[in-house]
Amino acid sequence: MIGKTITSRKILLLAPLLLFLGLAYVVPFLGVVRWSFTMPEVGLGQYRALMTDPLVQSVFIRTLRICLIVTAAVLVTAYAIAYVWVRGSSVQRMLAEFCILVPFWISVLTRAFGWLAMLSNRGLINTWLQSAGVISEPLALARNELGVIIGMTHFLIPFAVFPIASAMRSIDERVLLAARGMGASRTRIFWTVFVPLTYGGLIGAALIVFVFALGFFVTPAILGGGRSVMVAELVYLRIFQSPDWGLGAAISVVLVLFIGALLALMRRFIKPAHLIG
Amino acid sequence: MPQSMQPGDAKAAEIKAVSIGKTFGAFHALKNLSLDIGRGEFLTLLGPSGSGKTTFLMILAGFTAPTTGRLVMDGKDITDVPAEDRSYGMVFQGYALFPHLTVEQNIAFPLKVRGRSSADVKRKVGEMVERVGLIGHEKKLPAKLSGGQQQRVALARALVFEPSVLLLDEPFSALDKNLREMMQQEVKRLHQETGTTFVFVTHDQSEALALSSRVAIFNHGELLQVGKPQDVYERPSNRFVAEFLGEINLLPLDTVELNGETAAGKFEDRTIVLNKSITLAGKKAVAAVRPEHMFISASPQTSDCNAITCRVEGATYFGASTKYHLRTRSGTSLAVSMPTASTSPIAPQSDVWVSWPVHQGFLLPDGG
Repeated sequence: MIGKTITSRKILLLAPLLLFLGLAYVVPFLGVVRWSFTMPEVGLGQYRALMTDPLVQSVFIRTLRICLIVTAAVLVTAYAIAYVWVRGSSVQRMLAEFCILVPFWISVLTRAFGWLAMLSNRGLINTWLQSAGVISEPLALARNELGVIIGMTHFLIPFAVFPIASAMRSIDERVLLAARGMGASRTRIFWTVFVPLTYGGLIGAALIVFVFALGFFVTPAILGGGRSVMVAELVYLRIFQSPDWGLGAAISVVLVLFIGALLALMRRFIKPAHLIG
Repeated sequence: MPQSMQPGDAKAAEIKAVSIGKTFGAFHALKNLSLDIGRGEFLTLLGPSGSGKTTFLMILAGFTAPTTGRLVMDGKDITDVPAEDRSYGMVFQGYALFPHLTVEQNIAFPLKVRGRSSADVKRKVGEMVERVGLIGHEKKLPAKLSGGQQQRVALARALVFEPSVLLLDEPFSALDKNLREMMQQEVKRLHQETGTTFVFVTHDQSEALALSSRVAIFNHGELLQVGKPQDVYERPSNRFVAEFLGEINLLPLDTVELNGETAAGKFEDRTIVLNKSITLAGKKAVAAVRPEHMFISASPQTSDCNAITCRVEGATYFGASTKYHLRTRSGTSLAVSMPTASTSPIAPQSDVWVSWPVHQGFLLPDGG
């Protein structure tokens, strides 16, 4: 009886959020689902188009490719930052915290334009390299897939640091001491003991980053310069620029189902609490 | 095969610790400690928590560097040799098994580090699995094993590469009483079979006495006494050792006189004769006698015995033995432990004689 009252009270605490999610996401999304089956006419026509339209296909493939590359780049960088954050000296820890938290405080738009200022043809990097005589023609760093990957990687690193650092923190120090005592070198301990013990965090981080990346809109729109459109931008273009609401809606539904499947997969590997750290 | 070694002739090492000191900030964890660890012996470091015994073990292992002093192994100075190059076996508190590796892979780890051939690794791991009784569990992860089985994996992993020294840090503290006794016998057997030098840390005095060839007693960062279990139990050099190793009755003595091998002093109106195991600076001293060395009777035992009169205040039944709580005429409380089977119950509030053989009592400085 007592347990039941506490549970219902807890649900009461969650109620505003559930109500908001229902009104702001679930109900409108049901509308989007309806569009995908009814616009311009009732039927599966938009899903058939989605399967055959070469433009949609190429956008989906590009999105998957960018997301995979970004996920790999984020995991490597975030692993290094998390390592310093968890096991570094106090100064190193502070630096790592700075690297993790500052991006959080700056809006995604500001950061995308910041990267544009760095990477564009007349941006900082190209101007420096040209004035130093390293290159004669500017490198194509922005307004293409590379720019999108750089911007997205930078944005997503903090989200991967937390689950990885959480996994690193839960390693029993004595296990590492034991490996040392048995004569293992530091490199060997890192690769055969330390890294395998953080696999859970790595899987969680990979899924979070990948799922986030799938829905990216602002960064690819700015740093891709319209030349490397990703799925979210395609939805925007279909709905706001060409009045093709049905196809935009069908793409949205497929994206949401795909992300839902990934999240379900994530739950099998890792407890949500571990992701926060 | 020169490198294949039969159990029993392992290359046990001897270690000399010379004036080892360790400070953490202003805290002196170890004070000027010198100790010789003999080849192939089973030495237990015993003391309460914070006594410095674990710090000393970590210094032996090479995980902690001493602030002062030297460590010498087989005549070679190893003070600055890092842990990974000392190659000692170590069993940690909580076992510290690799949670992502199976039993087999855990035991194989130190062999793989040493670059042994896979056939050699397979054979050694198989031998070790058999020796610690883990057949059938080779493919399991540590989380699937019971506490005792995890303990066996930790022992196997620490011994499989035939280390010259095995260090054990409170390995049984997480086990229940029966399992603990079983594992104690197991460790004792492994010590006899391997012939390796064992250094064992515990805060459990009965464990220390049961296992060791010698016991080193620590308190407040100092080494108080080292000796065979029987010596430190029956001839403690000071009150801390006497009281830490087991319950003891202390009788304050007046006018102690030393006569060659024995000492005599007055307790109430009786003369107490004791072994003179220590040199006494002052005249103040106490007679110390273990409860199981005393016995209760209706009349005083006089042949080579001391006897005092007491009143019985109560009794506690422990199964194999019964402990009587008594008080002397001047108010000193005493405990006497007697085998339950060989005594008839003694009524509370009766006046009795408590006696003990002269050679079982010893002299300790008062208050120190």
